[in-house]
Amino acid sequence: MADDTTTPRTDGGAGAAGERTVTMRLWRGDASGGEFVDYVLPAVEGEVVLDVVHRVQATLAPDLACRWNCKAGKCGSCSTEINGKPSLMCMTRMDTLPTDEAITVAPMKTFPVLRDLVTDVSYNYEVAKRIPPFNPRPKTDDEVAAGGYRMQQIDVERSQEFRKCIECYLCQDVCHVIRDHEENKTAYAGPRFFARSAELEMHPLDATDRRELLQEEQGLNKCNITKCCTEVCPEHIKITDNAIIPLKERVVDARYDPVAWLGRKILRRTKGTAAAAAATAPAHGPAAVQPAVEVTGIPGPQRR
Amino acid sequence: MTTLEDVSTTPVVLGGVRGGPPVPTLRKDRWWVQPIVTVVVLTAFVAYATWAAFVNKDYYAGATMHRDLISPFYSPCLTESCVPGSHPGTIITWWQISPALLILIFPLGFRLTCYYYRKAYYRAFWWAPPACAVADAHGSYKGESRFPLILQNIHRYFFFAGLIFNVLLTIDAVMAFRQPGVGIGFSVGTAVLCVNACLLWLYSLSCHACRHLCGGGLKKFSEHPIRHRIWKALTPLNAHHMVFAWMSLVFVALTDVYVRLVASGAIHDYGFHF
Amino acid sequence: MPEIESHDVDVVIIGAGGAGLRAAIEAKARGLRVALVCKSLLGKAHTVMAEGGAAAALGNVYPEDNWQVHFRDTMRGGKMLNNWRMAQLHAQEAPDRIRELEEWGALFDRTKDGLILQRDFGGHRYARLAHIGDRTGLELIRTLQQKAVADGVEVFMELKVLRLLHDDSGAVAGLVGYWRPSGAFVSFTTKAVVLATGGIGKSWKYTSNSWESTGDGHAMAVWAGADMIDMEAVQFHPTGMVWPLSVRGILVTEGVRGDGGVLRNSEGRRFMFDYIPPMFAAETADSEEEADRWYTDHSAGRRPPELLPRDEVARSINSEVKAGRGSPHGGVFLDIASRRTAEDIRRRLPSMYHQFKELAGVDITAEAMEVGPTCHYVMGGVRVDADTAATTVPGLFAAGEVAGGMHGSNRLGGNSLSDLLVFGRRAGMGAADYVEGRSGTVSVDPGAAEEVVRAATALFERESGENPYDIQHDLQETMQSLVGIIRTGSELEEAMGKLEELEERAANIAVTGGPQYNPGWNLATDLPSMLTVSRCTTQGAIHRTESRGGHTRDDYPAPDAELGKVNFVQRVPAGGAQPGGAVGTPSIRSITITPEPLPVMPDELQALFNEEAH
Repeated sequence: MADDTTTPRTDGGAGAAGERTVTMRLWRGDASGGEFVDYVLPAVEGEVVLDVVHRVQATLAPDLACRWNCKAGKCGSCSTEINGKPSLMCMTRMDTLPTDEAITVAPMKTFPVLRDLVTDVSYNYEVAKRIPPFNPRPKTDDEVAAGGYRMQQIDVERSQEFRKCIECYLCQDVCHVIRDHEENKTAYAGPRFFARSAELEMHPLDATDRRELLQEEQGLNKCNITKCCTEVCPEHIKITDNAIIPLKERVVDARYDPVAWLGRKILRRTKGTAAAAAATAPAHGPAAVQPAVEVTGIPGPQRR
Repeated sequence: MTTLEDVSTTPVVLGGVRGGPPVPTLRKDRWWVQPIVTVVVLTAFVAYATWAAFVNKDYYAGATMHRDLISPFYSPCLTESCVPGSHPGTIITWWQISPALLILIFPLGFRLTCYYYRKAYYRAFWWAPPACAVADAHGSYKGESRFPLILQNIHRYFFFAGLIFNVLLTIDAVMAFRQPGVGIGFSVGTAVLCVNACLLWLYSLSCHACRHLCGGGLKKFSEHPIRHRIWKALTPLNAHHMVFAWMSLVFVALTDVYVRLVASGAIHDYGFHF
Repeated sequence: MPEIESHDVDVVIIGAGGAGLRAAIEAKARGLRVALVCKSLLGKAHTVMAEGGAAAALGNVYPEDNWQVHFRDTMRGGKMLNNWRMAQLHAQEAPDRIRELEEWGALFDRTKDGLILQRDFGGHRYARLAHIGDRTGLELIRTLQQKAVADGVEVFMELKVLRLLHDDSGAVAGLVGYWRPSGAFVSFTTKAVVLATGGIGKSWKYTSNSWESTGDGHAMAVWAGADMIDMEAVQFHPTGMVWPLSVRGILVTEGVRGDGGVLRNSEGRRFMFDYIPPMFAAETADSEEEADRWYTDHSAGRRPPELLPRDEVARSINSEVKAGRGSPHGGVFLDIASRRTAEDIRRRLPSMYHQFKELAGVDITAEAMEVGPTCHYVMGGVRVDADTAATTVPGLFAAGEVAGGMHGSNRLGGNSLSDLLVFGRRAGMGAADYVEGRSGTVSVDPGAAEEVVRAATALFERESGENPYDIQHDLQETMQSLVGIIRTGSELEEAMGKLEELEERAANIAVTGGPQYNPGWNLATDLPSMLTVSRCTTQGAIHRTESRGGHTRDDYPAPDAELGKVNFVQRVPAGGAQPGGAVGTPSIRSITITPEPLPVMPDELQALFNEEAH
């Protein structure tokens, strides 16, 4: 695809006769454009992609930008697209990739590139601010006496699955709703934040009803459950089956199910509304993701 | 000089330059295999089902063969045109064409709105997206937020209808142990109908709407121990919903094929009786 | 001269791990203008790596547990070098801090009664660690992160702070740094700064720490004139993976040895039998047959030598490697594969098995692991007042791993997460009190910020010079081999000299490329911190001529009662800063060290240790 534009760099210790090598085809560039550059290195046993990228930094390209932290699959910083698949560099072993051809590493496609393999993921942090926060019920007298809330293990297990999330945003990256349709970002929370809402919906203490908000403002109905988020999740969270579909079913309870509606009327179960949920959202922003009108470039105070 | 008061929540900003080359995908694996298989199998099924529904014959192997085998496509057979013995009695008199068409609406609706099949056909037929990290084929995209796709939300009603059919097809399978004029027996056809009914039950019980209605919708399981137990039993089934979806789809067609072959006299339904 | 973007706030918190987030929440609750600054994205800090749990005497599993017992465990674990008041506050307040997390959405594992479940851990008398499987740190940081976001704390992500700035009175009144994405410089004027920058592990070759743990907070505090204590107290784990690269630094739990894993050298010899110290000879097996009997029946034989205390195991590994009998990658072999069936290993050590399988393709049921001592945590740090977290410099506060004193010379597992919560909150309160009590406007000399910026940009202007990666590599080799888990006087002196050489080289770093997200440049600006903390650790290790807790001197193998009564305090004395450091920082030669007596424990707490020994 970009073979004709790549420039092989081999001055990094590779090239001794007969030595096995790997070719890393890394995206180099920034907001003004970029290209793939090939780096040839000696093959070393037992490495993950991030190790090889670090060797490129240390020997061939000290200014190669890549974001990483724990290198143990626990922080979710080193998200990129390896051979076209959204993956964590620290969790992708070199011996799982074909080495007879160049291994491409490109930045996540859904977010604007900052430089090389690093993208501006502030969209996700903006969405996070618009999730109505945890809203616990008051403690009972017994709980005040015991010193803490009482919750049964079976009641917390479902939400615990979503709290495994390391916020690598690979699910946000792979979701075609925003990957292929930039305009949807203004009204779409994405799989990571559907999982967050599911976590709160299923949290035994949380008292906010988020269903209307999810449907009306956060684009739950834009999700067509093609399950790519589940496929790429490094924590193996069943985002689609355990978060998104249960949320869709809860929305059906709230809006599309006359039987459930009647049941609620009879049982006089009063639940909050979207407006109520929105009211508990942080004061500095509306509950929905706002459409941007005029700003271009990289958002956020941190990018001034 | 700025102070924090100047820094309010910034709106989500569209645009920005994306990295990577402007190509639909960088994937090197054979990502197109899965959608092709889906297209082939689903198309073949729809084509066969359409033909089998309109052909309106050879769907019942009855007393003349000492059998009581009815194709799932034609059960329950409720119209005037039904083959004698194949139905509990004529209930619908105004329907003049194949009775299968009246029946197939329900399983079709169930499968069309099924969370798994939605994934399969959105990917394979609609290319939204064809595979993960492969560009989708549409200029704009609104998902299931508008008519007609908003109707996907009625999945649970098709689920209820599906349950009724499961009961009826289970009765058919039990009836298939009868060998009229001979007694009680067992044949390949009996086995086929039994397996078919089992697979349909597995498909229905592993349904996401079923899992939600049985317990998934609860906030606190500890207050509903029985529903929690049901939910817990359904959860591993749900994890294999895709497998049951394909198996039951293929097998229901095979069941129709088998009954058709027996009813038309092309093959003999081997079996024994007591 | 590049333009410097400027901000004015009440409190800047540097570091968004557990301590920084907790401090930000507290200061924000007081209505202050809070800026939370971190080198990475929000939620990625090293806190996520904590697995075991957060120690707090909740008494949910053992009602007889209380803060006094926790306090005593902590002090004993730290070999009494702890700041007693910090240990007391920590033990008293940890339960409330844990329960508070629950009110903010955390979901700990539960007891049958629906309360927070607590697990056993080494050194804790009772099961005390609140946990969520093995990802407690992630739960903690996510809960605090979501709370901080909900409270509207303003976060400045991927911002590297270079230096603190003073006002005329000498109080900390600002700081200067740069945005990593753009390379643009930023300065803050602020009434108070809270340091919550975490650890220093990146100066060692084998470390469980991430790239961020370069000791920025330690170093900036030293440069600002603050006191450091006991920087020689660094915790090493005897068995961290040294190879493959993909899992280097990941700790191999002691459970592997407890379940039958043995240590072998390159000759295949089970060498631990050669290193049984006389003190433990009576209770340790002296033949392989006897040791192997112990695993199945503890009464049939004495304990295998692989289960000697951590420092003994580490010392033995160290000796084997130095004698040239190490594994190909500088460790020794930890072999469980040949001793237990694959099924057994998978059942008893599931997370170890899966982690190495997934990350490295290493099947621990089929092959031996290569392990060696791995840097994990620094107990020493910035000297703080226990109640307010105030350092010795006005306006500067510190909490979490960057603060010293809480853990003495050795930290108990589970005490770091509760430390973050207790002292993160206290730092937020301390800073808020200080800000509210402070009058007048804040001003710093803009020239000082410009000087820092000039030094940082000078690296781009050099035509040629040292590669920062080479210096980092050499620093890590030096610290690993000379200031590792087992130390001797001659090697430490050698390290002092090497650090000075490295500093000279670092003064001549040249970087290529532009300032935008340039890791070479980022590393170059981290190196002054790494060199400074390395110097502190080495210098402290030379002066503490005893073995105590995490600090082990081969030439002084026993504790020294007199040295157990002092902190070694390091500082750059007022007016004592010498030029010549990397990137315009004060030279590491400026740091002085003096012993100062420990704070004296009041009698009623002292009495806890006089009760019958448990």
